[in-house]
Amino acid sequence: MAPNKIILRFGENTSDQPIIYRLVKDYDLVINILKANVNPNKEGTMVLELTGEKYEEGLGYLRDQGIRVQPLAEEVFRNEDRCISCGACTGICPTGALSLERPSMEVKFDSDNCIVCQLCVKVCPLKAMEVRF
Amino acid sequence: MAIEKTYAEINEKIKSGKAVVLTAEEVIGLVEEKGLTEATRQVDVVTTGTFAPMCSSGVFLNFGHSKPKMKMQKVWLNGVPAYSGIAAVDAYLGATELPEDDPCNNNYPGEFRYGGGHVIQDLLMGKKVKLEATSYGTDCYPRRELETYINLDDINEATLFNPRNSYQNYNCGVNLSNRVIYTYMGVLKPNLGNAHYCSAGQLSPLLNDPYFLTIGMGTKIFLGGGIGYVAWNGTQHFPEIQKDAAGNSYGPSGGTLSVVGDLKQMEANWLLGTSFLGYGATLSVSIGIPIPILNEEVMRCVSVSDRDLYAPIVDYGEAYGQRLPSDLGFASYAELKSGTITVNGKKIPTAPLSSYPKAREIAAILKEWICKGDFLLTEPVKLLPSYRDGIQSKKLEIRGL
Repeated sequence: MAPNKIILRFGENTSDQPIIYRLVKDYDLVINILKANVNPNKEGTMVLELTGEKYEEGLGYLRDQGIRVQPLAEEVFRNEDRCISCGACTGICPTGALSLERPSMEVKFDSDNCIVCQLCVKVCPLKAMEVRF
Repeated sequence: MAIEKTYAEINEKIKSGKAVVLTAEEVIGLVEEKGLTEATRQVDVVTTGTFAPMCSSGVFLNFGHSKPKMKMQKVWLNGVPAYSGIAAVDAYLGATELPEDDPCNNNYPGEFRYGGGHVIQDLLMGKKVKLEATSYGTDCYPRRELETYINLDDINEATLFNPRNSYQNYNCGVNLSNRVIYTYMGVLKPNLGNAHYCSAGQLSPLLNDPYFLTIGMGTKIFLGGGIGYVAWNGTQHFPEIQKDAAGNSYGPSGGTLSVVGDLKQMEANWLLGTSFLGYGATLSVSIGIPIPILNEEVMRCVSVSDRDLYAPIVDYGEAYGQRLPSDLGFASYAELKSGTITVNGKKIPTAPLSSYPKAREIAAILKEWICKGDFLLTEPVKLLPSYRDGIQSKKLEIRGL
């Protein structure tokens, strides 16, 4: 079963709750937190990969708690016109989604392995890696 | 009898379409197969290439005169200051210059999304660029300020002039410290987490003419997708033979080139505005240099492979910035390209900053130009200093009166 990538948006009254614990304990979901953030107004966002048989029940629980659940439409995209295959991104990408093909030394981007951490977006000297919503 | 060819003879062969041209990558196999003498006999020109960030780059611009005329004491292009302490309506825009309102590294690590190099790329793309200027006013140049938009076609001259490009070789950067560092060699992870290098290795121009037997003042080159020339040696031109503590030789290093060319005939995809997180803005420059095979010695030099060329491994965590000696050894370009090297007994992943695929493309384009008879070789007016000249780098000591 392929993991679903979703964004959770927590209000001020939910960002201090142990929501993830309940997803694991009560719904037996496998969770990979890609990104988490709480802003000064105590509102939070979290990007997750979720897998498990009780996935839909888990989402129902989240909605019952007043948490907005959205599919992750955000993806990292390579602007082929700007990329010169320098390779600077390949050592920084944590999942190997960006890698060097040998012996051609061309940079390959496998978006299936991308977890949208966006490190490449910051590191690419040519600004060839872009985020799309 | 030893083979000796002249520039004139090689150019005659180019003109008649009979010249044999190989790239620096292709010639390696030929020399291995046929031997030095036969390869020297067969091949007339070997082409090289490199495409990487080269900070010491910029463009001289002449904007033409406004009505009334103006001296242009201070100049900005899209908010990026250009140096105008030269003749009226001339300015030099440096690739690493930043907009005056850039937060720089105050918002560490700074993003440096726009700088002089990006303005140069915008000009090449035909975009309109905002020109602002102020001055004090004189009898012959009465105007005190102006604001207008220019593009590359509107202005008189745009001369790319890069005082230090095409480094013969470069460091392989690592980080021995325990924090992430943001360098011109990219983001280096703590505790030897990664290693970055920046050279086309066996395709790199000055690694293929390590003793400056052919490259000199007036050498015609591929520059930014168009034609350029070597103007002089670059700044910090310290050609030498690298040696380790035991005196073992690790090949040439340290030469640089000063290059010049008309920006108007260059192409936007071969000169690219570049940003280094936490470090600054710059320009990625493409350079290709033809090497005439004058004799066996030149052929021996151009037939080097990544196995024969070495980069010194340097700690950017402390040693580099503090000007301390760094004794981490050397890595061959073959090892660097393989994806891992071993430093202080630890296997660490490597990544390049210089595009090898683009270097290969540049060498191929230059080869095509020569084969078609469009590009003749120039004999240098003056060759550049080599390791034999023993140039030593000077250090700047901080002294009081």
